[in-house]
Amino acid sequence: MDVPEGLRYTDDHEWLRIEGDTGTVGITAYAAEQLGDIVFVELPEPGTALSEGKTFGVVESVKAVSDLFAPVGGEVSELNLALQAHPELVNSDPYGEGWMIRLRLADAGQAEGLKDAAAYRELIKAG
Amino acid sequence: MLRTSLYERHQAAGARLIEFSGWEMPVQYTGILEEHRAVRERAGLFDLSHMGELWLGGPQAGAALAYALVSDPPRLAVGRAHYSMICAPDGGLLDDLIVYRVADERFLVVPNAGNREVVAAAVAERLAGFDAELDDASLRTALVAIQGPRALGILAPLTDVDLESLRYYAIAAGTAAGVPAHVARTGYTGEDGFELFVAWDDAPRVWDRLLEAGRDEGLVPVGLGARDTLRLEAGMPLYGNELDRATNPFEAGLGRVVKLDKAGDFVGRDALERVAAAGPGRLLGGLIVRGRGIARHGYPVYAPAGEGSASGVVTSGTVSPTLGVPIAMAYLPPPQVVADTMVEVGVRDARVAAEVVDLPFYSRRR
Repeated sequence: MDVPEGLRYTDDHEWLRIEGDTGTVGITAYAAEQLGDIVFVELPEPGTALSEGKTFGVVESVKAVSDLFAPVGGEVSELNLALQAHPELVNSDPYGEGWMIRLRLADAGQAEGLKDAAAYRELIKAG
Repeated sequence: MLRTSLYERHQAAGARLIEFSGWEMPVQYTGILEEHRAVRERAGLFDLSHMGELWLGGPQAGAALAYALVSDPPRLAVGRAHYSMICAPDGGLLDDLIVYRVADERFLVVPNAGNREVVAAAVAERLAGFDAELDDASLRTALVAIQGPRALGILAPLTDVDLESLRYYAIAAGTAAGVPAHVARTGYTGEDGFELFVAWDDAPRVWDRLLEAGRDEGLVPVGLGARDTLRLEAGMPLYGNELDRATNPFEAGLGRVVKLDKAGDFVGRDALERVAAAGPGRLLGGLIVRGRGIARHGYPVYAPAGEGSASGVVTSGTVSPTLGVPIAMAYLPPPQVVADTMVEVGVRDARVAAEVVDLPFYSRRR
């Protein structure tokens, strides 16, 4: 299962890529595979303030509805609008074109509390 | 948890297995959308061995079933089948069923896996006083279904049953893949197809031979996930979603199956006659969501749109793989179950516009 180095991971299977004071968030390849064919993604409006661990949206597969949780706090600066028409990008390219939101980070230090790739690999191996 | 005789096949194929009605069953092999499309465009193979098989035999087997069920099985010609239901005395549904008349004095009743024991017990009790016997063959009978436009072409060379002349909702005894089988032209997908009742231990051979024979035709194994989206598009109810103990057949839009004109009493007659006379208090309808969101089981429905409080509830919903839009079935006030009526579905914090449409959502071209 693809778990890229350099990203941070939550126990709820979101990933976070930090570039300066911006964080990009999506769900992992493992989560996308577990959900199955993704058919709908609901995301917050730009400007929404998120706190760490707060629900920021919903991802739906053919069968199931799952909440999305903010890995860190911040203000939503951008959405991946392509997911409206093409939610399947989350399955086909979860760390690339399937990204979900960008955050203006409240405190980049919060990311220190998240898992690195090795720790996340252990998590999904344990099932 | 129970396992079918095809469990090792599912494991070897890399299926994702889930608990379903006490059975460990494949929910998907490669993906629900891909499997769904395979059935609509080519053919799919299903393990339905978890479903029940109850045999009723004896001179009064038909009469006993006419008393136990809402339909009139003695009216079936030998070799034909019909959709039926079994109700409690208050008219509430214990299960929906297919009844096959295999011989003059021999019927096969197929209940859902989760209701097998309830149905077997109710039928056994209702047989009292009739010259008929019940044999619950569920755990020694496997059921393999092949469904889709190419099902006939794939199965025909492997069976001595004349599939071309086997009518929809008909059954014949013969062989399939070299083993004894009852071959029925029934299904739960909205496509043409066949269901093969075979001995428990013969199922792996039937499964392997069919997959091999259908490989070039694009036959793939299909799990319960796509089975659910296929039946929903076809407007077919699922016990536990559209149907349950607190629902009567008229509410589910299945009043035509209840034969109030049949001779003799049957369990639930009084209650169902009252519903038929008064009309159901709620009615199952189809919805296409026009706003952004997916209507799911249990979501409230505001009908008509703008209604202050919820007046209906979604029973099943997903994105239709064939139509590409969110579809749902929902219980609504009967006056609202009219095509083109606009309603709203409560999706989390929002109200999302939806349109009432006639069922089914999908019908195959014939």
